[in-house]
Amino acid sequence: MPDPVIRLQDVSFSYNGLPVLEDVNLTVEEGDFVSVVGPNAGGKTTLLKLILGLLRPAQGSVRVFGLSPAKARPRIGYMSQQTTFDYLFPVSVLDVVLMGRLGHGSGLGFYGRADREAAGQALRRMEMEPLASRPFSQLSGGQRQRVLLARALASDPDLLLLDEPTANVDAAIETELFEILNELNRHMTIMLVTHDLGFVSCYVRSVVCVNRRLAVHPTSSITGEMIHELYGGNVQMVRHDHRCSEEGHSWRTS
Amino acid sequence: MADFLADLQRHVFLQYAVITGMLAAIPCGVIGTYVVTRRITYIGGAIAHSVLAGLGAARFCQVVYNWPWLHPLYGAVIASLVSALIIGLVSLYARQREDTVIGAVWAIGMAVGILFISRTPGYNEDLMSYLFGNILMVSSDDLYLILGLDIVVILFSLLFYNKLLAVCFDEEFARVRGVRVELYYLLLLCLTALTVVLLVTVVGVVMVIALLTLPVAVASHFSNRLWLTMVLSAAFTALFTLSGLALSYGPDLPSGATTIVLAGGLYLVVAAVDAFRVRRG
Repeated sequence: MPDPVIRLQDVSFSYNGLPVLEDVNLTVEEGDFVSVVGPNAGGKTTLLKLILGLLRPAQGSVRVFGLSPAKARPRIGYMSQQTTFDYLFPVSVLDVVLMGRLGHGSGLGFYGRADREAAGQALRRMEMEPLASRPFSQLSGGQRQRVLLARALASDPDLLLLDEPTANVDAAIETELFEILNELNRHMTIMLVTHDLGFVSCYVRSVVCVNRRLAVHPTSSITGEMIHELYGGNVQMVRHDHRCSEEGHSWRTS
Repeated sequence: MADFLADLQRHVFLQYAVITGMLAAIPCGVIGTYVVTRRITYIGGAIAHSVLAGLGAARFCQVVYNWPWLHPLYGAVIASLVSALIIGLVSLYARQREDTVIGAVWAIGMAVGILFISRTPGYNEDLMSYLFGNILMVSSDDLYLILGLDIVVILFSLLFYNKLLAVCFDEEFARVRGVRVELYYLLLLCLTALTVVLLVTVVGVVMVIALLTLPVAVASHFSNRLWLTMVLSAAFTALFTLSGLALSYGPDLPSGATTIVLAGGLYLVVAAVDAFRVRRG
């Protein structure tokens, strides 16, 4: 049996003695589309950073593709939050996407032809190629998001991690983003963090609720014009009343 | 101006000054761009002032212990690298307030330099020229050292351009992509230190921070790419240094101060034009 994409066992983490995550167990299998929800300061981003190896757990183990997070990084694509950028920084769209190619090749000097091709392909996938030479600072919120997603895809990852990809964008762009992610989900495992507590996109297969402790929930479809109007797309309600096993529900046709 | 051009053909020291200005311009534009975009100007200021400790200590050893080979600029190179590493390591690993450390290095470096100079017998006016800069005092020995620093800074910034860009723009993402962020940050600070030593010979300890940032600030108005900002900043630095030298020569003004006033003046003009444009929409 192959290693799961992500496996956290008895993981605890605290900032300056303040517990953020306690006894967290989580298994994400290949092909899953996981949404991590929870209140602010509940530990969502910490969970993501533990999986990326940016933070080390105080207790427990984190394995990605059966490896330590630092070793698994070449297979991980990461889309960070939009709010952390210095928009005076002089970079073009292509410059930003090329950063996704760091760690390929010798790393000395400038990017090679293979890097440029991969970056171009990632931009085409996001329909952003015509804007490749545009300054990153002059893009709209939705365009920036596509560029950051292209950057995450430029390394051709097997696991895509996204931190609050839907923050600061309107519902139409959010729907569009989930269409893209659903398409990508055919080839890669996806895990995203979102601030929305109650509703998640219909493409999400399992929901992880984090508030210091962790619970895996199923999603159940709901319909109704009110919700459709509110969120501008089809959504599912998370059943917080129901608790699944760590592995979530078997949604695969096996 | 006519005096300057006529004397340039006759006097070697003027030719050295022009070469120094050109040589300093390239690393100044390249590293200045990183310093401004990464917003670590004040680290550059602290390193510049701490250089005085190295200048003073080297001169002290030259005179008191009779070590003629220990040129003050070697002392400057060592002092600048040490203070860059102190600031870098403290801000990365110790839980200190970074600006406090910067201020401490800034002042302590200066104080140590002044103590050494006061204890050095003889006349040390040339050390004071490092405070406000005197490009006309550059010797052929200095020129070789400057050329060496130039090559090191340019080589490293070309070889690691991609990584330095990524580390300056988005440290976290660079780390996820396997870049050793701490290492490249320290490398950037060390390159900044070497550039600062170069600029000390041009405009002096006190005004380094201006020459490191003002050309970049002007260039930023004409560029949206990092490499283009570097090229334009280098060109502006050369323009400011050479015209500062030429304009100050006739009326016998201090060349460093003239250079900085020219740079600051053009920056204010560009900023004003920009503000006017924004207001008019």
